[in-house]
Amino acid sequence: MNKNTHIHISSEPLSIDEAYGFVLDESCGGNCLFIGTARNHNKGEKVTHLDFETYESMAIKELEKIAERCLEQFDIQKIRIDHRKGEVGLKDIAVIIAVSAVHRKAAFEACEYAIDELKKSVPIWKKEYLESGAHWVSDRP
Amino acid sequence: MDVLCFGIARDLTGQRRVSLNEVDIHTVADLRKELGHRFPELGRLSVYMVAVNENYALDHDPVKDGDEIAIIPPVSGG
Repeated sequence: MNKNTHIHISSEPLSIDEAYGFVLDESCGGNCLFIGTARNHNKGEKVTHLDFETYESMAIKELEKIAERCLEQFDIQKIRIDHRKGEVGLKDIAVIIAVSAVHRKAAFEACEYAIDELKKSVPIWKKEYLESGAHWVSDRP
Repeated sequence: MDVLCFGIARDLTGQRRVSLNEVDIHTVADLRKELGHRFPELGRLSVYMVAVNENYALDHDPVKDGDEIAIIPPVSGG
């Protein structure tokens, strides 16, 4: 495990301070945090809460691969990815991508790349609870 | 040979872990074929990936007893 990466999957609420604290570095002037929260609607239907299932051991490996690729491809110093598992209420944080870099451009780019890749390859599944019932979300753009 | 089922794949098979015993499975393609016979409901998934020992595997990749195999329906984290 690279000391400039950190992966965390938890059924407990995620901490923005912890994620930011990990990436904060004296050499860096640009820090970017992406925070994904559970919203109350999707495709015109009211959402009441979410439930994330994970294939945790593989998800950690896939997230680590993404973090390593970010370090290779972008001029960044540190990256941390947090993802929630289990039940997540509205406005609760589902995912945090935290990146530090000397300059902001690389931090923005790495942050966007990481969340895009997470949504493509990491074995985590979201079940959406609607007023009309629950369903697995898949094939999301 | 045990296969882990996640998300909608667990709902479609009705099982968290599917056991395939005494069947001739040597590759991911063989596995998909066998799963298709046993669980035609899986056909409702437009596509799914297979992971072998926590890595995505292609149809020609080998599988053997003792491998950790998983059905990975389209992911939706984040």
